Amino acid sequence: MSNELHDLLGKGWKKQPFIKRAWLRWSIYAGFVAYLVAAFATIEVNWARVYEGLDRGAAFVMAFTRPDFVSRAGDIWTGMAESIVMTVAASVVGIAISIPIGLGAARNIAPLPVYLICRGIVAISRALQEIIVAILLVAIFGFGPLAGFLTLSFATIGFLSKLLAEDIESMDRAQAEAIRASGARWMQWINYGVQPQVMPRLIGLSMYRLDINFRESAILGLVGAGGIGATLNTAFDRYEYDTAAAILILIIVIVMALEYLSGVIRARVQ
Amino acid sequence: MPVLEKGDTQIWRRRTQGQALTHWAAWLIGTAVFVYCWQQISEATTWFFVWDAPRIAGDIWTRATPPRWEYIAQLGRPIWDTLNIATLGTLMALVMAVPVAFLAARNTTPSKLFIRPVALLIIVSTRSINSLIWALLLIAIIGPGVFAGVIAIAIRSIGFCAKLLYEAIEEIDHAQVEAITATGASRWQVMAYGIVPQILPAFAGIAVFRWDINIRESTVLGLVGAGGIGLQLQSSLNVLAWPQVSLILLVILAFVVLSEWVSAKVRGAII
Repeated sequence: MSNELHDLLGKGWKKQPFIKRAWLRWSIYAGFVAYLVAAFATIEVNWARVYEGLDRGAAFVMAFTRPDFVSRAGDIWTGMAESIVMTVAASVVGIAISIPIGLGAARNIAPLPVYLICRGIVAISRALQEIIVAILLVAIFGFGPLAGFLTLSFATIGFLSKLLAEDIESMDRAQAEAIRASGARWMQWINYGVQPQVMPRLIGLSMYRLDINFRESAILGLVGAGGIGATLNTAFDRYEYDTAAAILILIIVIVMALEYLSGVIRARVQ
Repeated sequence: MPVLEKGDTQIWRRRTQGQALTHWAAWLIGTAVFVYCWQQISEATTWFFVWDAPRIAGDIWTRATPPRWEYIAQLGRPIWDTLNIATLGTLMALVMAVPVAFLAARNTTPSKLFIRPVALLIIVSTRSINSLIWALLLIAIIGPGVFAGVIAIAIRSIGFCAKLLYEAIEEIDHAQVEAITATGASRWQVMAYGIVPQILPAFAGIAVFRWDINIRESTVLGLVGAGGIGLQLQSSLNVLAWPQVSLILLVILAFVVLSEWVSAKVRGAII
């Protein structure tokens, strides 16, 4: 029996700590507690106001049991249609633009200057929040779904190009090489050597982005960029919780349907 | 393999006749839907404003530059609030997400028939509604302020964290769980010594990942009155103080980039 094991015999076993170095562990714990104390000290909670609001909270929860789809049916329908229209158009345009940018942002395909420009576009698009972009675009293009459409397209570019570029960078070189060896032009090389390898993932990501775009389109109306958000905001402002509940239920149902659809499509292409 | 016979030469084709036809029809329908959507957008747009847009954009740019640097002294507290909204919101979400994830995972749920669907419903409904909408709702219920922001972020994050966590739980190595069970451990001991150590790295990764997203989301919660730097952004926009707006946007950008750097560092250390 080895010495090490001999030493351990007869002693109790203790769970391994998550962070090995003791000083680091304790300083992280201490810093965390200090932060929590400071954070809680600066948050002002008006408990009387919260208590008063509980009735309204209960009213809202109850509204989910009897959502009112009817009395504002016209507004809900217009808003939903606008949201869906914005989502579809923005997804199509965003995907169409992000494919060339994704190709440009893959280091194994694009030359360095193109790579840097495309990566720059991706970084800008990812760093800016959708709602902030929407505020600026509403200021520039005026109220309406055009600003929302442009916002969602812009956000799609950053998301999809980055993931597409990463997928292209990790593709199998041998297949692409084989196509090139057959004397293919650049377009043919992309079309027959690269595209088939990344297509399943591209379709999956596009479906996922469609889903995200719909969810985002629900809030763009808050800043005047079109969609169901404006209707929802009005419903909240007028304390019409049953209408708000109806809208939220519709959003949840559509998101669930999109998720299910994208699951089916992804299962088929992969 | 689909082949086209032309005289006595055979030409290779990618699709059969039927496949090509369905493919073509799918493209046609897709294009038609897109054109219809574009028409709807186009009808709702005042094109005069759009043609005028370059001038307006230039105008805003000249108003917004240079940023009003002195204003940064007033942004310390809002940034601290934003950080608190994101961090405390993430913590609350994690506390609530763990039980939901255990109830939703196929291998740990007490009842596949009744409890699992409820857990999945919680995950889907909290995930599909944006934190800004939760904030709107909570402001109506508990009044404007940082607290509403914290709760909004927390609710929005439950579904996200629970979904990733229950997927991690479903992928655990079953042999370790069985080994702990074989020692005569109780249900809770099996959980503490057989399951939790396996999902702890995933849990830490999810926490940091969500914290990073929440930093981004909490910067805009103030637009609807839920505290943080968005409040300053909203009030500056309302009085058209563009130099302040540009400064706030720069601060938000720096804050987001910083948080991304921190989360990348922490995730690198964990994995």
